[in-house]
Amino acid sequence: MIVYDKEKIIPGIIIFLLLATLPFWYTFVGGQPSVVPEPQISGPATQCVEPKTYMRNSHTDLLNTWRNEVVRKGNRVYIASDGKEYRISLSNTCMDCHSNKTEFCDACHNYLQIVPDCWNCHIQPEESK
Amino acid sequence: MMSIGRREFLRIAGTCAVLGLPGIPTPPASAQPSTRFVAASGVRQAKQWAMVVDLDKLTEADRIICVETCHRVHNVPQIDNPRHEIRWIWAESFKRVFQEQTNEFIPSNLLKRAVLVFCNHCGNPPCTRVCPTQATWRREDGIVMMDWHRCIGCRYCMVACPYGSRSFNWQDPRPFIGMANQDFSTRTKGVVEKCTFCAERLDQGLRPACVESCPSGALVFGDLQDEHSEVRQLLASRFSIRRRPGLGTQPEVYYLI
Repeated sequence: MIVYDKEKIIPGIIIFLLLATLPFWYTFVGGQPSVVPEPQISGPATQCVEPKTYMRNSHTDLLNTWRNEVVRKGNRVYIASDGKEYRISLSNTCMDCHSNKTEFCDACHNYLQIVPDCWNCHIQPEESK
Repeated sequence: MMSIGRREFLRIAGTCAVLGLPGIPTPPASAQPSTRFVAASGVRQAKQWAMVVDLDKLTEADRIICVETCHRVHNVPQIDNPRHEIRWIWAESFKRVFQEQTNEFIPSNLLKRAVLVFCNHCGNPPCTRVCPTQATWRREDGIVMMDWHRCIGCRYCMVACPYGSRSFNWQDPRPFIGMANQDFSTRTKGVVEKCTFCAERLDQGLRPACVESCPSGALVFGDLQDEHSEVRQLLASRFSIRRRPGLGTQPEVYYLI
């Protein structure tokens, strides 16, 4: 394979790749990303409907299931894994505790550049400042 | 110097694809906790929900209050432009509602009367058959339900509905909603909406908002398959008509005349 100006192009490619993946190296070497989202919870309860790790990884699945159960099957009560019963409602049950959307939902969603369209229809509760 | 022919290139590419250069393994999703979903206690259930509208009892006040209550409870926007208007329940003249009633010399009080109309929750609904996303479907209890999450705004259902019961959000409805009901969602631009027989209120053990708020009691709601229900008693004792029965849609809203 003939590559003209090999001695310039190959180091160039390597430098480009290093620069493009810099954020990963930065975290890898430094151990800590420079910015970490820190969602704040302002509600009364200390425990979410399911354990924290599950909620963190799979809240999207949970919300999808909640939606389908309510809208398509009419099941409006969720019995959690610990046996507690919850009324299924995003605007009320979820937001009773996570009442500060800008500090809770948006903290991670903005960080990851995710724009869920929940609040186009569901009414966002007023935030207490 | 090395050169690769087309065949050689394809062979190498194919081998790589078959061997599969594994991507980054995704972390296993955390185990789904063992959970259940149940209906709320006190939920109203039926084999076939139906509405009976007593045109003898229906008054001007009913027409205003029922419409106002329904639209307030369901965050229906108040848009004056008739081309963009959203309606779940509204009053229409007898002649327009019952176009197939061509008899000329019927009682004048009927001709002058305005009739409350809303989704007929048909037993054989044409709207659900044309929906490409199953955003609208007929529940087992007869309610023609809508899932606004799924609606893509194609408006096939509006074309299919022979009663004009469905409205389309041509614009963001939020600015046209006064005091929003916090317990119910709004809709968004590009979504079709209509009466749902207050499915969310039935789940809480309540009657539909229009029925509950109707001062004269002209609206009666109940189970058509239950022979002791009030709707069955009314239908057995009074003469009733339905809108455009010849189409075979089997409307479940009956009008007593």
